[in-house]
Amino acid sequence: MSSLTASHAADLVAALLFILSLAGLSQHRTSRAGVAYGIAGMACALVGTIVVAAQSVSAVTVALILLAMTLGAIAGLWRARRVEMTQMPELIAVLHSFVGLAAVLVGWNSYLEVESHGTAQHRVGAGLLGIHHAEVVIGVFIGAVTFTGSIVAFLKLSARIRSSPLMLPGRNALNLGALAAFVALAVWFTISPGLPLMVAVTVLALALGWHLVASIGGGDMPVVVSMLNSYSGWAAAAAGFLLDNNLLIVTGALVGSSGAYLSYIMCKAMNRSFLSVIAGGFGIDAPSHGDEEQGEHREVRAAEVAQSLARATSVIITPGYGMAVAQAQHPVAELTRRLRERGVEVRFGVHPVAGRLPGHMNVLLAEAKVPYDIVLEMDEINDDFPDTTVVLVIGANDTVNPSAAEDPGSPIAGMPVLRVWEAEQVVVFKRSMASGYAGVQNPLFFRENTGMLFGDAKHSVEEILQELGSDGRQDAVPATSRA
Amino acid sequence: MSAQEQGPPEPPEQQEPVGPPEPPDPSGRPAPQLIGVVAESAPGETRVAAVPSTVRQFLGLGYEVVVESGAGAASGFGDREYTDAGARIGDAWDADVVLKVNAPSDAETARLRAGATVIALLTPAQRPELLRALADASVTALALDAVPRISRAQSMDVLSSMANIAGYRAVIEAAHVFGRFFTGQVTAAGKVPPAKVLVAGAGVAGLAAIGAASSLGAVVRATDPRPEVADQVKSLGGEYLAVDVAQEASTDGYAKATSADYDRAAARLYREQAEDVDIVITTALVPGRPAPRLLTAEDVAAMRPGSVIVDMAAATGGNVEGTVPGRAVVTDNGVTLIGYTDLASRLPAQASQLFGRNTANLVALLTPGKDGRLTLDFDDVVQRGVTVVRDGEITWPPPPVTVSAAPTAPADRAAGDSAAAAPEQEKRRLTTAGRFGLVGLGMAAMFLLVAFAPAQLASNFTVFALAVVIGYYVIGKVHHALHTPLMSVTNAISGIVVIGALLQIGHESRVVTVLSFAAVLLTSVNVFGGFAVTRRMLSMFSKG
Repeated sequence: MSSLTASHAADLVAALLFILSLAGLSQHRTSRAGVAYGIAGMACALVGTIVVAAQSVSAVTVALILLAMTLGAIAGLWRARRVEMTQMPELIAVLHSFVGLAAVLVGWNSYLEVESHGTAQHRVGAGLLGIHHAEVVIGVFIGAVTFTGSIVAFLKLSARIRSSPLMLPGRNALNLGALAAFVALAVWFTISPGLPLMVAVTVLALALGWHLVASIGGGDMPVVVSMLNSYSGWAAAAAGFLLDNNLLIVTGALVGSSGAYLSYIMCKAMNRSFLSVIAGGFGIDAPSHGDEEQGEHREVRAAEVAQSLARATSVIITPGYGMAVAQAQHPVAELTRRLRERGVEVRFGVHPVAGRLPGHMNVLLAEAKVPYDIVLEMDEINDDFPDTTVVLVIGANDTVNPSAAEDPGSPIAGMPVLRVWEAEQVVVFKRSMASGYAGVQNPLFFRENTGMLFGDAKHSVEEILQELGSDGRQDAVPATSRA
Repeated sequence: MSAQEQGPPEPPEQQEPVGPPEPPDPSGRPAPQLIGVVAESAPGETRVAAVPSTVRQFLGLGYEVVVESGAGAASGFGDREYTDAGARIGDAWDADVVLKVNAPSDAETARLRAGATVIALLTPAQRPELLRALADASVTALALDAVPRISRAQSMDVLSSMANIAGYRAVIEAAHVFGRFFTGQVTAAGKVPPAKVLVAGAGVAGLAAIGAASSLGAVVRATDPRPEVADQVKSLGGEYLAVDVAQEASTDGYAKATSADYDRAAARLYREQAEDVDIVITTALVPGRPAPRLLTAEDVAAMRPGSVIVDMAAATGGNVEGTVPGRAVVTDNGVTLIGYTDLASRLPAQASQLFGRNTANLVALLTPGKDGRLTLDFDDVVQRGVTVVRDGEITWPPPPVTVSAAPTAPADRAAGDSAAAAPEQEKRRLTTAGRFGLVGLGMAAMFLLVAFAPAQLASNFTVFALAVVIGYYVIGKVHHALHTPLMSVTNAISGIVVIGALLQIGHESRVVTVLSFAAVLLTSVNVFGGFAVTRRMLSMFSKG
């Protein structure tokens, strides 16, 4: 066993551990083991690579490596500890950008190692040189798109720039043109590599990544983030091709398919094709619909909601991004706990695209100590609404819009939605009557069984808790005597 | 359909004044038309087509009104009250527009002026000879009982308002004959059980009967082939008895003729109920056909002595075997069988009031200019529907209007199918042949790619392709709640790019080392941060 074969073996073990890690994450029971497998796999891969690398480089370099890793580890662990769960989407986006940037750097290094030496280089066999050229441009391209795309996503998610879609004239033509230009440049680079071409490809990819995400609106962010996740995987895989490293290829492919699969789930939940999301442009013609008043809405007060909750037998809460914005998950969890103590069946119905990240609502609710087995997915809970006394819609809008199911002319027609309107009573927590991200007016608000509770969601839920508390004490005696 | 239902009708483009052209007034405006309110000739008819309050409404629309002497007497409206309202007493048959309750007899039709308009209950489906006679008289005839059942036309729906009255009256007639309380009581002299009432058919009349009977304190049950009326029955205090046979939903708001299976199941139900209940009120009518037979002579014989049956369909043959139209008969086993056909007329003041209001609403619709000129707009479903003869030409039946409040959903869905489902169908078309084709193409492309690639790339590609497939299957099973942890873990794993940087660092120029250093630093953030945050998230998930 040489150190090289040992390193290859370590790669295989690491790859298998990564697969086990992802498999473990498929269930709550095994999820922690999954993370442990992932850490073990990563440790395996790093140790193997560093040991091999250490044989051919100076001690100073090894020290540099350790320094870089320590600094990175400190920064990473510090961020991981401090991050608010509502900021998860931003964190994930920014981490994607690191992968993208790293892939760009690896690509450039590869260029500097090989292509910049021209015919004098001796690393890559002459027969494979052309392929290497192509791999360099492709790797840099994917990495750069991921990098700027993630940066824009991060800026949008952290509200440092406006999340509304950027509408450049002929943006589809711009995207397609950039792709065509890339193909042309890649071919050119493969035939005669040169620094200007390398710079051109990098700049083009950076611009494309920026524009691609800038032209997608805030509500499509779950798709964008998982798409970028996918890209970061493909970027790693491209680096693997470039360096002829199977571990990178396997890992990149795993991550790439995971992101693609999540994007697919998100797109299905919005009844849209992946391409239409990438191309943006959803809701362009919607505002004309949005202005249309559809009737009278009925306003309710927190006290009334508390009363109906106290009398309810079954309550479903459908959270949306608004709950995250208002940081209302803790009072909502408290409300859940209080109602469950009273014997009310409380469950959560989560739409796949609720929030700004796949599974975002689940994490927020978990943070607030809501048991995960009462947090159900749309398909699991959608048939239970008719038997539900009260539905609390907290910060969700388009995901509970009946026109998606009933109005074939609606811009969101055909999108699967939570059928909250089938419940006996619906309470919508909302700041105002403004329409949702899709710009579509929501007929739910004008239904007879819908009450609107205006105001900040966190504040409203706290008010209900207060009412419920005082009401509960008075109610306690007759409630038991009734039973 | 909804477009037709919305809002007031647009001023019709081609307004045709009905009746002969009047000589223009000296003022340049055409003279107002004359509305005539005639007395009813049918025996037992106590209603009148217009009451003083609606006369005022006609005057407000610009008409002049003439009332036949004694027309409202049976309803309690004297000539004096009409003249006080602004009408004059005179020959109403000579008017431009003649208002009547029942269809005119042949003699009466002859008295109509050519070109006049007659508005009455004409039962156009049953009486083609009447329509012919009216056409021969070259008049225009509007049938009040042909108002389409759409929400906008509800204010003109005479059948509904008369059925409402009749349903109420049916209960009163039954109570009158029935020798006992309707309500249950516990008195010092003992307990009185409540009467049990079965209402067959939960249309307007049936619902009115259910409401009246339950407010008298009876236990009320109701049957109807349309399951969608169950809630209405319940809301009026009745219990809905379903007949367990699949039945299609009504599309025009009226009950349909029923299937054979249904009839058998219903017969069993009626038999059971006949043995149990004290009072049966049948309201089953199928438009344009004889009334369906619901209770046979055996069913009637199975009822307890003293029971009462009110057959509201007696006029069209009766729902109950043995009904005599217009009379109450007592069977051998002491069951009273009431076949009155004039139930609405037995509450004449109210019936005339509502009838008059419906008629006035129709006239108001036909007078968009409020200028005392009746105009017909055939683009409006209501106006098209009521017009059975126009200027001596039979225009019955009108083109069908499919309207009902309950079953709009299937219609919408049908519309949705054509619009929204079109792309879906395109997707589905890919299923078998397309899918095989795509897979075949993909496989061929892969084959060519690997076959012609250099050995190193080929092996890389093999690994890549297999990893993609594994990734897809592994991730496809991930629980939806773990999507965010999945993302952060894959993020940490994609920090594996660090390996690339590690392999490059310290090998070449200083630039490469610096760049690699940066890459190692960044991806380390990923690796450590990603795993740490995933662990943190997973530790928060707890089971309830």
